[in-house]
Amino acid sequence: MQIEKLMITGLMAGLLLLSSAAHALSPESITSLTTGENEQRIDAIASVVNSGDSSAIPFLKNILNDEVKLADGKILIVSESGAIDAMTGEVVTLPEYPEDLINNNRMRNELDIAIAALSLRSSDDAVRLAAAKKLQQTSTSEAMLPLVRQAEKSEKRPKIRTLLVEIRAGIELYSSDKQLRLVAAHELAGSTSAQIRQSLTSRLELDGETDPEVRLAIEAAIESIEERLGYYEFAGTVFTGISLGSVLLLAALGLAITYGLMGVINMAHGEMMMLGAYSTYIVQNLFRQYMPEWFDGYVLAAIPVAFIVTALIGVVMERTVIRHLYGRPLETLLATWGISLILMQLVRTLFGAQNVQVENPNWMSGGIELSSNLVLPYNRIDIILFSVAVLLLIWLLLNKTRLGLFVRAVTQNRSMAGCVGVNTARVDTWAFALGSGVAGLAGVALAQIGNVGPDLGKTYIVDSFMVVVLGGVGQLAGTVYAALGMGITSKFLESFSGAVLAKIIVLVIVIIFIQKRPQGIFALKGRSVE
Amino acid sequence: MHSNYQPFLLRLLGNSRWVGYAVALTVICILIPVLNLAVPEDSALHLSDYTVSLLGKILCYAMVALAMDLVWGYTGILSLGHGIFFALGGYAFGMYLMREAADAGSQLPNFMVFLDWHEYPWYWAGSDSFIFTLLLVVLAPGLLAFIFGWFAFRSRIKGVYFSIITQALTYAFMLLFFRNETGFGGNNGFTDFKTILGIPIATAETRIVLFALSGLALLAMLWMSHRIVESKFGRVLTAIRDAESRVMFSGYNPLHYKLAIWTLSAMMCGVAGALYVPQVGIINPSEMSPANSIEIAIWTAVGGRGTLIGPLIGAGAVTALKSWFTASFPEYWLYFLGGLFIVVTLYMPQGVMGLGKKLLGKKS
Amino acid sequence: MQSRRTFIKSISAIAVGAALMSGGLAAQAADKSPIKVGILHSLSGTMAISETALKDMALMTIDEINKSGGVLGRQLEAVVVDPASDWPLFAEKGRQLLTQDKVAVTFGCWTSVSRKSVLPVYKELNGLLFYPVQYEGEELEKNVFYTGAAPNQQAIPAVEYLMSADGGGAKRFVLLGTDYVYPRTTNKILRAFLKSKGVADADIMEEYTPFGHADYQTIIAKIKKFAAEGKKTAVVSTINGDSNVPFYKELGNQGLKAKDVPVVAFSVGEEELRGVDTKPLVGHLAAWNYFMSLKNPANAAFTKKWADYAKANKLPGADKPITNDPMEATYIGIHMWKQAVEKAGTTDVDKVIAAVGGQKFNAPDGFTIEMDPKNHHLHKPVFIGEIKADGQFNVVWKTKGPIKAQPWSPYIAGNDKKKDAPEAK
Repeated sequence: MQIEKLMITGLMAGLLLLSSAAHALSPESITSLTTGENEQRIDAIASVVNSGDSSAIPFLKNILNDEVKLADGKILIVSESGAIDAMTGEVVTLPEYPEDLINNNRMRNELDIAIAALSLRSSDDAVRLAAAKKLQQTSTSEAMLPLVRQAEKSEKRPKIRTLLVEIRAGIELYSSDKQLRLVAAHELAGSTSAQIRQSLTSRLELDGETDPEVRLAIEAAIESIEERLGYYEFAGTVFTGISLGSVLLLAALGLAITYGLMGVINMAHGEMMMLGAYSTYIVQNLFRQYMPEWFDGYVLAAIPVAFIVTALIGVVMERTVIRHLYGRPLETLLATWGISLILMQLVRTLFGAQNVQVENPNWMSGGIELSSNLVLPYNRIDIILFSVAVLLLIWLLLNKTRLGLFVRAVTQNRSMAGCVGVNTARVDTWAFALGSGVAGLAGVALAQIGNVGPDLGKTYIVDSFMVVVLGGVGQLAGTVYAALGMGITSKFLESFSGAVLAKIIVLVIVIIFIQKRPQGIFALKGRSVE
Repeated sequence: MHSNYQPFLLRLLGNSRWVGYAVALTVICILIPVLNLAVPEDSALHLSDYTVSLLGKILCYAMVALAMDLVWGYTGILSLGHGIFFALGGYAFGMYLMREAADAGSQLPNFMVFLDWHEYPWYWAGSDSFIFTLLLVVLAPGLLAFIFGWFAFRSRIKGVYFSIITQALTYAFMLLFFRNETGFGGNNGFTDFKTILGIPIATAETRIVLFALSGLALLAMLWMSHRIVESKFGRVLTAIRDAESRVMFSGYNPLHYKLAIWTLSAMMCGVAGALYVPQVGIINPSEMSPANSIEIAIWTAVGGRGTLIGPLIGAGAVTALKSWFTASFPEYWLYFLGGLFIVVTLYMPQGVMGLGKKLLGKKS
Repeated sequence: MQSRRTFIKSISAIAVGAALMSGGLAAQAADKSPIKVGILHSLSGTMAISETALKDMALMTIDEINKSGGVLGRQLEAVVVDPASDWPLFAEKGRQLLTQDKVAVTFGCWTSVSRKSVLPVYKELNGLLFYPVQYEGEELEKNVFYTGAAPNQQAIPAVEYLMSADGGGAKRFVLLGTDYVYPRTTNKILRAFLKSKGVADADIMEEYTPFGHADYQTIIAKIKKFAAEGKKTAVVSTINGDSNVPFYKELGNQGLKAKDVPVVAFSVGEEELRGVDTKPLVGHLAAWNYFMSLKNPANAAFTKKWADYAKANKLPGADKPITNDPMEATYIGIHMWKQAVEKAGTTDVDKVIAAVGGQKFNAPDGFTIEMDPKNHHLHKPVFIGEIKADGQFNVVWKTKGPIKAQPWSPYIAGNDKKKDAPEAK
């Protein structure tokens, strides 16, 4: 009883808030914002912005979030708790077929700008920052100048202030006062925004700036922005290269273990990654169904699950097939290819041929914006960190544990290791399970950046083999160098030759390189070569 | 006493290889054409056009499997890129066919007109000549194989290393041929052929002639392969397969032997590709996909490596099964193919031929 | 109740049909054997993702026709074969359908290369093929009817929309595609079209990626750079199915929003969005001739029929049945063929071909659409949809009515000389 009452009061209060917000707008504005052609609605938005009335923000947000619907000549704000009349604020019953108020990209953009302009004086720093960013990236009209100037005056935060200065200067670039234009050009020279560079450039075009002094200042500003953008662009290419390298590294690490240490060519390696990705998908669905509040943590839970699932499949593969083919690498290659076909079709039968949906958790969506032309997406950063962590763990496992010692011993001299009492068969199984499990981990990462479908593995198989072969057998360091080298090379090539040629060129480079150094970057020396 | 009574016919039969050739020749050049062309359609003995084109395809695959066997079964080099040589032969012949089918006005194939090209690029030079095309069919794959092989074998790349690099090579070529600008029709490849030497391509007669030519080519290759593997050259190859270092220590240079058989094998694939294209009516880059090349290896493995008849059986059986499975149980084809890879490598290392020998051996 | 109503409906349909055809029936009363219909879609291999649904749609339509009395009083019998995404196998299976099974008509193919592969066979044996997928044009064959869109029925209206005020008034364009024939052709046409609209070459960027490309970091960086160098930019994407997920994911994470740089795609439909996290995609666009979200009686009936069929046959994904453009095109194609056979009074290929032109059908897209009397393509309406969070599309723009296909695009040199009808044999 008590709780029910509370809820009702809460609901009423919420509705009151909503309604009072809507009330702040005149009925005429509400009507003109929601009816008529897009042109008229955009005009209505502009007049709301000019009024500078920040109480219009909630209703604009309602429109933006598709919460406004039309029915029986009424304008309704519909939320999960019910519907209210936008004019009167009264609670009304939602009719069966309300008409959606359709917003296209253009409307949404206008609404965004309007909300940003009206939020410049918000008390929340984050809101102001976002608003200033938004305005800086769009071309703003002179009408906003008073609003911006006012905001600039009262702004304390340097970061937001800089943005506001840039916005104001961007507008003042078109001022009739030469002095203002000159100052504006100087102020803009410190920017890192490609957008501002563009507006400066267009100012230099015909029927633009005529005063030679201002022109010089603008040219200098463009040059300084361009130089800064160039650095960021270069940094961006390096980052994408490292990011691609980390993906390749993850994809190849498992192979480096099974092939490099055990001499087993596992053509089903790609399918192990695919199974890792599907494990991620299943964990995600379980979280969504049973623990929606913990949803963002599903990736962390998927890591051990994927590892265990693929490692177990690896054990089964090793015990049933690969074990019988030791010393016959070409046969292993064919048999594992057969396994890969079966696994692919199995997944098709179980999950359908369609790709399945794996969502980025919130903490992996979006990115850090370093400049207008360089955003480092969180999922890429996370994958780089993840690959470093996996690499470190493998290194520790191989160099600091008993199992690692055995694996290295078997790699170097199988019969001698057997003679001194190492159970080589068991070590093989463990090593293969480890390689497969690492492939599963790669699958978790790949699910965050690409498709999850039955063909996932085939996309990476040629590349990951190239990495291992290029890096040299039995050397983790070689694999790391090879992965990063291939990643960065292909990204630098791609930025001027296009993706298709870049891919071909990288493959050809690797093929030629291997002719020169058949044992890879790091060759094992000594007897184990032959 | 026994030998005295051996009749002449039996003695001839004793030399079963020649009988085999004779029988195959009769079947290919007389029996199948007659069953297809002369026997009326409603007769039970009639061989449909569909079957003939399927058989023609199998013959081409058999040539590739045989070529694969020479390098893998006899020399121990597993190539995962043989599809590339097959496709190059096919493209070489396809260029000629495209010229024949070129647009009457511009004298160019449609896809070039579309690219705004006004003349053939340099690498199409000579493709209007039938004789030159025949040369190109063997030279293009042969040259690529020679260059690639020379570098690879000289660096002593072998085993799985070699396999993986050939796979990367075919993958790179596939990407290259996918591009429209490469000038080979992009992913659509070549299709819609009209004539060979002015003779319409889409008639039952042309098809049966192409079929018979494929059969003859296969028999010729088989005969050549027999001569090779039984020669001293062939024995060195087998020795390389079994112990390359010892061959080297005995004063042979494995490079020359490997390179020779590798190049020859690529040329055989080229011929197969050239015969394949007019029969199926299309050549496109998917022939170079790594999966296709691995399938070639499984034909050879199923039939039996290191035997010459085995690969032919393997190619025929797998292709026929594929036709049947994809019509009857499409979902199970990959399970079956995958299972085949595993079973053959685990339990039938000598393939069908080995199995047959074992069974016969047990009986006697 | 429901079932009885449909029962009565079908009875009356049969009655009407019978009354209409009684003249024709008398002549052919003898032949009651089923008419064989070939279905040539990949059920395994890479293309199975897209094509399996078309096979099921074809079976549903055949089922529907059979329930309403068949064609010419004869039932239809579907012959389903699987060309396994293997292009030469398409030709082989096509020959099998025509010579072994002797089908009256074939519905099939998805990729252009598969169509090009079977084409010589259908020409040689004078078969009849209905092709249901949007494609690059540059083809017109007597033996084929194209029920998907030609470039002017999809790409050009989409770009016109982007240039309009509502579409954002784009002045600069990124033409992005997978490196194969369809994107290359479409982009070539678009480039010529944009030029004719006064867009300079410097304002067009063309980029291609290999098949199965999964790393779109550089491409997105390039788009951003290009977009920041001038006026409003839009991206026209002909990226092939599988690469779309990594592309859109990267787009979202790099902070490129639909509001700033809208992406309009020609190969992303309801089925493709099934495997995608749609949140970062909201607001991006697709251009098609049909969307599942269209509201009209014909579409309501169509989607319901499909949902029921999927449930009854336990098809994968039946819990969330989805219809899309190529499925609608398959549906229209089969009905048009049926009508043509009834008009011709026979399944004879030449007579049916003559009868298909000018057929009209009340399609799920909400229009009564017509097969062009001459050029073997449908007149189709074009819709632009914005992606919604639930994987459906919000139609934000549409053409006033169906528009005629131009298989020979006027924007490609030399096409002005080509005839708008297949060459007579």
